[in-house]
Amino acid sequence: MKQLEEIRSEAARSFAERGFPTPRQEEWRFTNVAPLAKLNFAPAEEAARGLDEELRAELARLGWGGLRLVFVDGRFAPELSTAKWPRGVTAGPLSGANGTAARHLARYAPYQEHAFVAWNTASFRDGAFVEVAAGTVLEEPVELVYLSTRAGVPVVSHPRSLVVAGRASQLTLIEVYAGRGTDYLSNAVTEIVAAEGAVVDHYKLELEDTGAFHVGTVQVQAARDVNLSTCAISLGGKLVRNEVNSVLQQGASATLNGLYVVSGTQHIDNRTVVDHAEPNGTSFELYKGILDDRASGVFNGKIVVRQPAQKTDAKQTNKNLLLSKEAVINTKPELRIFADDVRCTHGATIGQIDREAIFYLTSRGIGERQARELLTLAFARDILDRVRLEPLRAWLDARLWEKFHDRAG
Amino acid sequence: MALLEIKNLHASVAGREILRGIDLVMEAGEVHAIMGPNGSGKSTLAQVLAGRDTYEVTEGEILYDGKNLLELDPEERAREGVFMAFQYPVEIPGISNSYFLRAALNAVRKHRGLEELDAMDFLALAREKLKLLDMDPTFLNRAVNVGFSGGEKKRNEILQMAVLEPRLAILDETDSGLDIDALKIVANGVNAMRAPERAILVVTHYQRLLNYIVPDRVHVLAGGRIVRSGDARLAEELELSGYASLEAEVAA
Repeated sequence: MKQLEEIRSEAARSFAERGFPTPRQEEWRFTNVAPLAKLNFAPAEEAARGLDEELRAELARLGWGGLRLVFVDGRFAPELSTAKWPRGVTAGPLSGANGTAARHLARYAPYQEHAFVAWNTASFRDGAFVEVAAGTVLEEPVELVYLSTRAGVPVVSHPRSLVVAGRASQLTLIEVYAGRGTDYLSNAVTEIVAAEGAVVDHYKLELEDTGAFHVGTVQVQAARDVNLSTCAISLGGKLVRNEVNSVLQQGASATLNGLYVVSGTQHIDNRTVVDHAEPNGTSFELYKGILDDRASGVFNGKIVVRQPAQKTDAKQTNKNLLLSKEAVINTKPELRIFADDVRCTHGATIGQIDREAIFYLTSRGIGERQARELLTLAFARDILDRVRLEPLRAWLDARLWEKFHDRAG
Repeated sequence: MALLEIKNLHASVAGREILRGIDLVMEAGEVHAIMGPNGSGKSTLAQVLAGRDTYEVTEGEILYDGKNLLELDPEERAREGVFMAFQYPVEIPGISNSYFLRAALNAVRKHRGLEELDAMDFLALAREKLKLLDMDPTFLNRAVNVGFSGGEKKRNEILQMAVLEPRLAILDETDSGLDIDALKIVANGVNAMRAPERAILVVTHYQRLLNYIVPDRVHVLAGGRIVRSGDARLAEELELSGYASLEAEVAA
């Protein structure tokens, strides 16, 4: 087995050789990272100034009754984190992690093929480690919070998370990325390793400052009969790329949900890869986007069904609501099917707010502005309904309502 | 003063004139029926009253309670007490019926200077109205009109009317597509709403509904004009003779 140090130096070489991706590469066709690539980022850890009032207030608003690990500018913040964890759970900074961490860390996320993953793998200083023992059902959600403070110069942090869910364990995991400032980059990599029969309910909330860059990869290894659901909510950032990659073994089922709500000149790119490696897996994917002003978005959903993966059932849907004439969405399904007895469907829609619906609501006395807000929120409703964690669902509902209310005003 | 006064109303859609000079007066407490063949302009009249912007009023005026109705946006009309039951109610996924109804009721109440109802008080009110229409309380939790049968959609329109308590209610072919049982339920709901302060305009293609909602006046619309007016007997007469003779009359 390779040592972590060996992997990290390979990653460093890989990043040095590749450099940043360009739109000439198919997976980056609609997302140009040149504005980011031309900046000279300092490591956030060194420019860090600690939490200001604003971020403290933000942190207080984030929380769904869970256990948490908080990182500020890449550094572990023990005073903001849970000290005592329930039985069956091992959690803390990667810097102090155990042998399980060493066995799994950096073994799954594709540092050989992906420049940002390589950069993170080579550069992360610390990160979160969570291990849930076999058979343990953890009731409280685990929150991994990565905050970026206002630095004044371009800074980069490389949030790194490793989550190991033991056999037949159950875990709710919430990753949160938030910050204040312009031209900071969060370059995150999360690896989730779910052993046989584990149930993992994963959320990623991207709430970065609208002046920030965020690039993140979530890599999930789902063993036999794992029940995985992930939900990627993206609200912030000026240039955002989210990747959720999952590899499903026999009988594993994955639900992949996503919601992106952008305005101004925000750009959000969601890429998902579901790799059906073995038979009888299912994946159900629904990503929805709401784009206003001159915002732009990309959805690229790839489904791979390998030759042994017979009886795979995969469905992918991407729906977009454009609130302005200038907003743009590029949506692109990608199916690679090598097995013959499978069911795979995909579909994408792009639409505007229904005028009939506006007339219906206003004809009942509801103001036009409120009608638009209601219909915009209604578009996101089925994603919100799929958020199983009730306090998070209520929080998102309120956050979106606030957002649309401000926009319509 | 009449509650509704329509004077020489002309309206067109995409440059094509559909209403060609409608005159109609309704007093509070009255129920009028507008009948007429397909394409006569019945639904256009209903839509113009509700404020749909696809129709352009080119001439004439509409006074509602003495105010110029055409100057008001659809939501202002609704808050002032105008209600149209849609011929084709719109499906709205993602918004529950109860949320929708409460938002509408509170918009109207706010306009009338009344306190807004919280979820509990609203629920109590809505349950009462549901009973009136023989509707199951689960209706409230379902998304607005989504997956509703034709009859359920029409009942949902009448439910909205019952909750909002308009002063002028316009029923745009609320009877079309209803079986006789659903028709009776809808008619009972409408009859329960008859009141001295309220006027109801029933737009229909068929006389059948008027067996259950007996109007004070019946108007026959053809070619964008009211060609005959009379009492409830006019509807029965039409049922026997059909619209064909009328259309011949108009063409002549």
